[in-house]
Amino acid sequence: MSDTPVLKIKNLQAKVAEDELRILTGLDLEIKPGEIHAIMGPNASGKSTLAKVLAGHPGYEATAGSVVFQGEDLLELEADERSQAGLFLAFQYPVEIPGVSIANFLRTAVQSRLTDGDELDIFEFSDQLTERMEMLDMDISFAERHVNDGFSGGEKKRNEILQMAMLKPKLAVMDETDSGLDIDALKIVANGVNALVEEDPTMSILLITHYQRLLDYIKPHFVHVMVAGQIVRSGGPEVALDLEAEGYKMYEGFESSANGNSPVTTA
Amino acid sequence: MPENETIQDLGLDEYKYDFVTDAEPVFRAEKGLSEKIVRQISAHKEEAEWMLDLRLKALEIYESKPMPKWGGDLTGLEDVLDEIYFYVRPQDRMEHSWEDVPEEIKDTFEKLGIPEAERKVLAGVGAQYESEMVYHSLREEWEKQGVIFDSIEDGLKNHPELFREHFGTVVPTQDNKFAAMNSAVWSGGSFVYIPPGVSLETPLQAYFRVNQERMGQFERTLIIVDEGAQAHYIEGCTAPVYSTESFHSGVIEIVVKKNARFRYTTIQNWSNNMYNLVTQRALVDEGGHMEWLDGNLGSKLTMKYPSCYLMGEGAHGEILSIAYSGDGQHQDTGGKVVHVAPHTTSSIVSKSISKGHGRSTYRGLCKVHEGAHHARSNVECDALLINETSRTDTYPYIEIEENDANVGHEASVSRIGEEQLFYLTSRGIPEEEAMAMIVRGFIEPIAKELPLEYAVELNRLIELEMEGSVG
Repeated sequence: MSDTPVLKIKNLQAKVAEDELRILTGLDLEIKPGEIHAIMGPNASGKSTLAKVLAGHPGYEATAGSVVFQGEDLLELEADERSQAGLFLAFQYPVEIPGVSIANFLRTAVQSRLTDGDELDIFEFSDQLTERMEMLDMDISFAERHVNDGFSGGEKKRNEILQMAMLKPKLAVMDETDSGLDIDALKIVANGVNALVEEDPTMSILLITHYQRLLDYIKPHFVHVMVAGQIVRSGGPEVALDLEAEGYKMYEGFESSANGNSPVTTA
Repeated sequence: MPENETIQDLGLDEYKYDFVTDAEPVFRAEKGLSEKIVRQISAHKEEAEWMLDLRLKALEIYESKPMPKWGGDLTGLEDVLDEIYFYVRPQDRMEHSWEDVPEEIKDTFEKLGIPEAERKVLAGVGAQYESEMVYHSLREEWEKQGVIFDSIEDGLKNHPELFREHFGTVVPTQDNKFAAMNSAVWSGGSFVYIPPGVSLETPLQAYFRVNQERMGQFERTLIIVDEGAQAHYIEGCTAPVYSTESFHSGVIEIVVKKNARFRYTTIQNWSNNMYNLVTQRALVDEGGHMEWLDGNLGSKLTMKYPSCYLMGEGAHGEILSIAYSGDGQHQDTGGKVVHVAPHTTSSIVSKSISKGHGRSTYRGLCKVHEGAHHARSNVECDALLINETSRTDTYPYIEIEENDANVGHEASVSRIGEEQLFYLTSRGIPEEEAMAMIVRGFIEPIAKELPLEYAVELNRLIELEMEGSVG
């Protein structure tokens, strides 16, 4: 495994574009190829904002700090360029696109990754889509349904993993993928993610979650606690277990100055 | 030829694009509309006396009716009407050369990938697209079944009784000012008759009507679908139609007899200097089934409301319409369903897209007459706004004279949402393509009803229109 991080966030500060309030207040994070990180935190700690800022949501603005993704300045890229560079965001609330079939949507997304002039091999694409859908226990007819239109919560999340499986990112940011899922759907989603990790051991994952539950199925190497827009504690899986036992209470009123390079670790 | 000299050439309003034609006509009648011109048209067509009388009466009615005060802005139209020539001999339309067609139109053809021969037809500078072979075999098959598919002029000449029995019965001359105008000066269009029980698999396309003007400025089409017959007729195309004229006023009359089924598909993409005022109406008899599929992409102002008059018990009428308005365009469209008989059913689905300073208006009427008990009607109109500056209005008129009727109306207005765009771009799809994708998705329920080649062209067109819409 390479030691060069796939993602390196330094002192990241960000806010909603037309607002003054900083939501990310100086966040540091480093993810190396093949690592699975989990960020946990109470509501309104800025977890989803981090996901959106990383993916390039136009409604958010980075005001300070840097994000280097695979050697590139991520903040300089448009959302589509970030995706093409290998970043993937699994949405907490996947968006409905009526009238656009999943097959058409994915074909366009895969095509957009090809260099100019290259044509997508439609048969290869189709075979791959079928195979990926089988892996995620999806009926093939699903490909003809309109993107997230009238989907159940579980179907929406499975559709996110299907996209991830087709786009093969270097880093997948999964924003509260477990929310709204019953235990069976959660298992299917987690199994899908684990299969993808097995397939490409250099793929990195950043799980954003409120609950420990997801981490029983996708085992993180590192767990970070996020409070008030920064990471206040980092460690191994035991951090999540502590949280499960004690809740976020111990972090209430926690204030810390952004502290540059060194992550805060408590043993 | 002496004949050419006696029949005055009424020319084209060529000044607009500074056309220079090699052969300047010897005679040129005055602009505007007059009894003299109406007589000339009728004489040129060597029409029966009754038609001349009808035309002259229509002219009177036209002159007596005021300009409509509703709908789109027609204030500029009076000037246009003073300037245009109301009759152009078809062969003279072909005198322009390809070089005279504006670059932007050529450019659009290029981008749409329209075949060379077809481009010239669309630009009005070439003969019909060379589909003659296809056409002939189809024509033979149709003739064997007794199907008539002629120009409107030939229909009048060759089938005088059938023609006279139905002409003006669906859209009477006095119906509205522009129906009266059309009745006075009509020229070009189709005459179609489908005999009882005959079912046509291949759509009749105005396209195939060789050696005739495909789209006249005052086209008149009369279609009679006899008992139990089934057919589909397609007029127009999604590619931009370049015309030197700035006014188009057609009348389409359709008679759907007992248990017959008919679909009329029309897509207009006139250049953006065009006032397009069209009356399209169908009378549907007992158990009959009529569908209008209406696409309006071009023109400066279109006012067009395809209608179904459900005259017989159990008749069904359907209107699917799609409109696109860009800068400087106003599409005032929709549909009318009139329930006259019991157990009649209807549905209107209307989708509009407005971009830039474009404006789309849905205007619809659902009328249930007394006695049309158990009538059911459903109207759905959805508007999509691309920019802050785009505009949409909805005018649904509902008149019900029967207690036992079930009428539903749903309307929605949406903007392309930031979240939708972000979702698609976050998958690597560039923003412009993402926008086009959302728009295509929006019109999908209607596009899927179109013949494949039309749907493909429509999609490509939407992509072109979305270019530069990201700001």
